[in-house]
Amino acid sequence: MKTLAMAALTALTLLAAAPAPSPPAVTVHIEDFAFVPARLTVDAGTSVRFVNDDGEAHTVTAADKSFDSEGLDTGAQWTHRFAKPGTYAYFCELHPYMKGTIVVRPSSQS
Amino acid sequence: MRRGDFLSHVAWTGAGIAYVLGARGIVRAADGTPPGAYFVQISDSHIGFKQPANPDVAGTLKQTIDRINALPNQPQFVVHTGDVTHLSTPEQFDLAKQMLGTLRAPVVVLPGEHDALAGGAARFLSVFPPKSGSTGWFSWDAGGIHYVALVNVFDFEAMGLLGNDQLAWLERDLTPLPKSQPIVVFAHVPLYALYPQWGWTTEDGAKALALLARFDAVTVLNGHIHQVIEHTQGNIRFATANATAYPQPAPGSAPKPGPLTLPPDVLLARIGYRTVEMKGGHATADDVSLA
Repeated sequence: MKTLAMAALTALTLLAAAPAPSPPAVTVHIEDFAFVPARLTVDAGTSVRFVNDDGEAHTVTAADKSFDSEGLDTGAQWTHRFAKPGTYAYFCELHPYMKGTIVVRPSSQS
Repeated sequence: MRRGDFLSHVAWTGAGIAYVLGARGIVRAADGTPPGAYFVQISDSHIGFKQPANPDVAGTLKQTIDRINALPNQPQFVVHTGDVTHLSTPEQFDLAKQMLGTLRAPVVVLPGEHDALAGGAARFLSVFPPKSGSTGWFSWDAGGIHYVALVNVFDFEAMGLLGNDQLAWLERDLTPLPKSQPIVVFAHVPLYALYPQWGWTTEDGAKALALLARFDAVTVLNGHIHQVIEHTQGNIRFATANATAYPQPAPGSAPKPGPLTLPPDVLLARIGYRTVEMKGGHATADDVSLA
């Protein structure tokens, strides 16, 4: 048992220590019918995690439909990697007055 | 008075407009009086919703269906005015379709915005095909009434929105009708500006109402806001319906809309179905709770 536990621990440590292929994820919270922060600037290649902390379901849907979380219930989360520089406007399909923007700048590594 | 004191009855054509919960549906005279148009409206079942406001939305929809199936006079049809599912997933559509299929009366289902997630209208329209056409909006005639089912949830940039195609279709649909033709309109989101601050409006709804204004008696029945609110504009009478899932706060009574969590017995008094009887083109409605 002890050996197994040790092995598991080692595996976990290795996983945690593995070099990240992209910049660390940043989070946009959905709360009180709003995206927080509503405007976020990230480097190209960044994964943005959207977490629904609200009591109501929401979506994260690009204005140009290039990405769509589909329905996010209370407590659900969805991650999207923004590979290309640009300005991405998005909104909630259930409450279209909820709007947000992700500004993706060229990666600092390239 | 039919069936004693609990059978509350509201004529929207009367001076006083009110509704009372706790009625048991319309009981027709035993002398075989020929029935007028008589149907049931249900709305906002949100199959898949699991929050504290109602952890068992399938259970309350089943209770609603059981009560409708037990009505002594079966309605000519049951209309569901949208948000059948919570998040438009295939599993939620499957369960909703299966449950609504247990109604004894024929069912007409309209989409809400919760039924048009994950890529728009296609999934809803494949599960609940329109009575006619392929757009999702349609009309039919029965018992002397012209029924119109509108869709104001397929364009997410603004909600609700009917769009020019649908408005042009509505104009063509209504043009041949005489002004004495009684009309009943169904749509998910209220067609007038009920509370725009919470999105409880249809941006181009006024254009549809302008087309309906010339008729003597128009009834517009909506869902979306999970509570009964009535309104009159000329000869057009509006009523939103209770949900079968959970109530929402009264307009402006809370910082935001959304599921209202209440004690279980109070919840049951705030959800249920509506019977509608047409007399002389005017609708008489009973809102019946599950309490």
